[in-house]
Amino acid sequence: MVQPLPRLKETPSQTAGPYVHIGLTPNYCEIGGVYPEDLGIRMVNEKTKGERITVKMRIFDGTGSVIKDAVIEIWQADADGLYNSPSEPRGKADPNFTGWGRQASDEEGVFTFETIKPGRVPFPDGRLQAPHISLWIVARGINLGLQTRMYFGDEEKANAEDPILTRLEHQNRVPTLIAPRSGNTYHFDIHLQGEKETVFFDV
Amino acid sequence: MRNIKPELGGFFQRDRSWHPPAFAPGYKSTVVRSPQRAPIAFSHTLSEITGPVFGHSMLGELDNDLTVNFARPGESAIGPRIIVYGKVLDENARPVPNVLVEFWQANAGGRYRHKKDGYLAPLDPNFGGCGRTVTDEDGNYWFRTVQPGAYPWPNGINDWRPAHIHFSIFGHGFVQRLITQMYFEGDPMIWRCPIVRTIPDKRAIETLIAKLDMESTVPMDARAYKFDIVLRGRRQTMFENKLEGN
Ligand SMILES: [Fe+3]
Repeated sequence: MVQPLPRLKETPSQTAGPYVHIGLTPNYCEIGGVYPEDLGIRMVNEKTKGERITVKMRIFDGTGSVIKDAVIEIWQADADGLYNSPSEPRGKADPNFTGWGRQASDEEGVFTFETIKPGRVPFPDGRLQAPHISLWIVARGINLGLQTRMYFGDEEKANAEDPILTRLEHQNRVPTLIAPRSGNTYHFDIHLQGEKETVFFDV
Repeated sequence: MRNIKPELGGFFQRDRSWHPPAFAPGYKSTVVRSPQRAPIAFSHTLSEITGPVFGHSMLGELDNDLTVNFARPGESAIGPRIIVYGKVLDENARPVPNVLVEFWQANAGGRYRHKKDGYLAPLDPNFGGCGRTVTDEDGNYWFRTVQPGAYPWPNGINDWRPAHIHFSIFGHGFVQRLITQMYFEGDPMIWRCPIVRTIPDKRAIETLIAKLDMESTVPMDARAYKFDIVLRGRRQTMFENKLEGN
């Protein structure tokens, strides 16, 4: 079937710049009283279904330095693998889970998300994907928001059959997408450049 | 609220040649922050097609008025009063309702309310610099603010940013997420700016320049600038049936 071609061009991206926190997390950068709280800082409440986890992320630049002026947004399915979105065709997701988080880092450059372990979501051909979290990263020096995914270190079996991970041409880069678990915390380090450069996606 | 049919298709491929490349050495910060390997493509799954959607109920009354949302009672921000408005469309030229649009900017002197901004221009005690709104059923948004000033920045020894407003836009799918900047018609600084010039195509840059609109200007109050935004469009065909079959 012939697809219609886009008639308009997407608005071109520009960097979020060094002051992105003023716009996206104003309370974090001491602009109080405009919004009651920063959007996306709470993903769960007492009634959220699923296993509570903490995800700690860091971003490293090409010199190996930790980046402290970025914003990370994450998007994930609920414990049953459903997205809290009007575009979710398979059913209603857990109303007590937003699925979306936004964080600035602390002074050490650590981004902390309190969330739940997502369920598995199908690939278009019906196979199940491994549990994963989608990421979007913006900062000064990043001209177009970077898209990647985090997979879970304790899901070896699911990761080994994941339709995206298994299709990566350079299998030695798969570990850049997998966060090891210690206790209830996953640690995900993102490298923008260099030998350990994270796999980013053109999606 | 009108019953909007959920959108289920995958998105058109992003035209990366229309966007600035990751590595653009005229903008020095990109040198150590640009991935060097090609990003990897795959067919969109529900993880890419879905995304958070925000309703109008999240908004506070003053969220779209930067002249007063940080000001002391009875006071307002200093600077040329303007209204910025426009439509959020997708690449299929369809309006996109319920899109959260967030914006931030320097004050009229070109100074940000941020501890890392040490520019000589003074802070305005009545200006915070952030606001947000959600598009209506026809994809329209608007907000009131003061026109920001140009400011110098450490890149070359004499680089200045043209007056600009930063925009963050959600679509309905997580891969529609976009951050950009809006510039003002007639500003001679636009074409000298290393950040603007990371965009390779002049026609793409022109879409970021808001036009003065005297028709929408409020007499004796605020001039209007019009800035339309285009998000990625969705495929509309067989793909969605296949997904539902799962
Ligand atoms: Fe700026």
